[in-house]
Amino acid sequence: MFANLSDRLTASFKQLRGKGRLSEADIDSTVSEIRRALLEADVALPVVREFTANVRERAKGAEVSQALNPAQQVVKIVNAELVEILGGQSRDLTFAKHPPTVIMLAGLQGAGKTTLAGKLGTWLKDQGHTPMLVASDLQRPNAVTQLQVVGERAGVPVWAPEPGNGVGDPVAVARSGVQQAREKMHSVVIIDTAGRLGVDAEMMQQAVDVRDATDPDEILFVLDAMIGQDAVSTAQAFADGVGFTGVVLSKLDGDARGGAALSVRGVTGKPVLFASVGEKLTDFERFHPDRMASRILDMGDMLTLIEQA
Amino acid sequence: ARSGTVGQALLSILSRGDLTESDWEEIEETLLLADVGIGPTTELMDTLRTRTKVLGTTDPEVVRGVLREELLALVGPDMDRRLAATPVVGDDGEPHPATVLVVGVNGNGKTTTVAKLARVLVAEGKSVVLGAADTFRAAAADQLETWGSRVGVDVVRSDREGADPAAVAFDAVKQGREAGADSVIVDTAGRLQNKQDLMDELGKIKRVMSRQAPVGEVLLVLDATTGQNGMRQAQVFADVVDISGIVLTKLDGTAKGGIVVTVQRELGVPVKFVGLGEGADDLAPFVPEEFVDALLS
Ligand SMILES: Nc1nc2c(ncn2[C@@H]2O[C@H](COP(=O)(O)OP(=O)(O)OP(=O)(O)O)[C@@H](O)[C@H]2O)c(=O)[nH]1
Ligand SMILES: Nc1nc2c(ncn2[C@@H]2O[C@H](COP(=O)(O)OP(=O)(O)OP(=O)(O)O)[C@@H](O)[C@H]2O)c(=O)[nH]1
Ligand SMILES: [Mg+2]
Ligand SMILES: [Mg+2]
Repeated sequence: MFANLSDRLTASFKQLRGKGRLSEADIDSTVSEIRRALLEADVALPVVREFTANVRERAKGAEVSQALNPAQQVVKIVNAELVEILGGQSRDLTFAKHPPTVIMLAGLQGAGKTTLAGKLGTWLKDQGHTPMLVASDLQRPNAVTQLQVVGERAGVPVWAPEPGNGVGDPVAVARSGVQQAREKMHSVVIIDTAGRLGVDAEMMQQAVDVRDATDPDEILFVLDAMIGQDAVSTAQAFADGVGFTGVVLSKLDGDARGGAALSVRGVTGKPVLFASVGEKLTDFERFHPDRMASRILDMGDMLTLIEQA
Repeated sequence: ARSGTVGQALLSILSRGDLTESDWEEIEETLLLADVGIGPTTELMDTLRTRTKVLGTTDPEVVRGVLREELLALVGPDMDRRLAATPVVGDDGEPHPATVLVVGVNGNGKTTTVAKLARVLVAEGKSVVLGAADTFRAAAADQLETWGSRVGVDVVRSDREGADPAAVAFDAVKQGREAGADSVIVDTAGRLQNKQDLMDELGKIKRVMSRQAPVGEVLLVLDATTGQNGMRQAQVFADVVDISGIVLTKLDGTAKGGIVVTVQRELGVPVKFVGLGEGADDLAPFVPEEFVDALLS
């Protein structure tokens, strides 16, 4: 058993060492190892298919390098391809020309939206913004309380006119939240919403109504890094349902390989903007495509070797 | 919501007549898309090829039947899936409430599951006490308390944020015992299995609880959307607190929860319940046949 893709590729190329060329057969066996590694990392099947096809093309046309053996050469190609897809159009948050900037959070149940509201609030505040959080999840028991506690910890005000637990209209709260922010001169409004399934048409419509009532500058789709093949249907359902402008990958402090990053990017083309890496308010960072690439394929050592070559 | 397009695809392949190589590939993809994982899927496919060869058939109906049978064998149709919820007599000869500890990674549905379990037990006429041993996440105890009042059971909690969760669990079992409750269910904070300190804390919660009453059931909650990391979760939690059952939540979405095929095979721990929604009544017993049919249908 080989721990990671680099090891497996190295092993499958052992007999070829020194040959320094990629034959058709080399490429075939490599591509099947890559497919396996991607699937083990939870990259969604349709994305795996497209990805391996691209790698196959690039490997075929690759220039034969003197410095690298075939395994290294393929890893280099795979890595470059991954970084390109993950980072293609990496960008910053979009701010409104006329404040307040409105950021709406959306995603499946338990993905990490409410926690993210606090993290974003903290992060923006540190940059001199004056954010406000809006409690538009009136469904999950004590979601409003949770956001209030989070806001208090972050030192960021929370707009929570309704108690929640099934009472109140989330659309009205979102609308009045933006109004309030405008009056109180908050520069950013972050709207926390209830978790919902991609297949729940009624709840998706509610998200659309929140969106239409607040005209967000960013809709961030929060996705749990542990998600498997369902990443595709879910990302697609949110993209088609409410639409989103960027992705936040949460729980990246775990040991999941996080193939979802590639899935969501491959399926919706939307960039991953941030990574959530813990339960504390400061466990939050910009997304690093290169780190993510080597995490997905567990290729750390191999890349170091290649860089030294 | 449970019969996705994947399943329809499989049905159409299997009703097409003789299986070609690309049909086999499509069967493989059905399993992969359900999060069964490449390792177990490859094994299943090998078995399927061998068995259909032995049977001398490419009759789609037969192949389908064989696959269903193999999957069923993996999820273990003959396991005891009842919740250990009957009060027990401890080594000390004293009666103790049946205690249930609910564990798992962040946000997968533990607190909701605790409430659903309480609802089931209350409906059976049992008296239940809940313990809010998540003293970490913002408003976690409030959330459980809201659930407690919805399903009509008492919740033991600390009013201090960051209190020792083991102490809260201990108090919950103690109060349950003193009140003569049939069951005590303890909710814990979500924790990722690679956080050693948090896993140690969980071990401690179980040890401290068991000073009041033997911990009869440790349920690992797994989110159906979880990919291959689910296996790692199950392994580590099993090592630390010796899980006795699994609850597969959020099966009302589009995810199939195929990771439990591997988990059940590797660990031999039965899936006992499935979560099918956000309400108190959205819990059902795990029925292997239904699960496998949903996986393939
Ligand atoms: N380890 C870890 N835990 C996280 C992270 N982000 C959120 N969590 C935890 O995940 C759980 C769910 O987070 P929430 O913020 O409540 O998720 P949500 O999307 O608001 O959930 P719903 O409102 O129920 O849909 C909580 O236990 C959080 O502490 C992260 O990056 N890492
Ligand atoms: N659709 C669906 N949602 C569920 C199910 N079970 C729980 N949820 C939702 O998932 C989210 C998280 O549920 P919780 O019970 O708070 O999860 P938890 O594991 O206690 O979370 P932490 O304590 O933060 O780790 C909430 O929005 C629940 O309503 C289920 O079976 N189906
Ligand atoms: Mg929330
Ligand atoms: Mg909880």
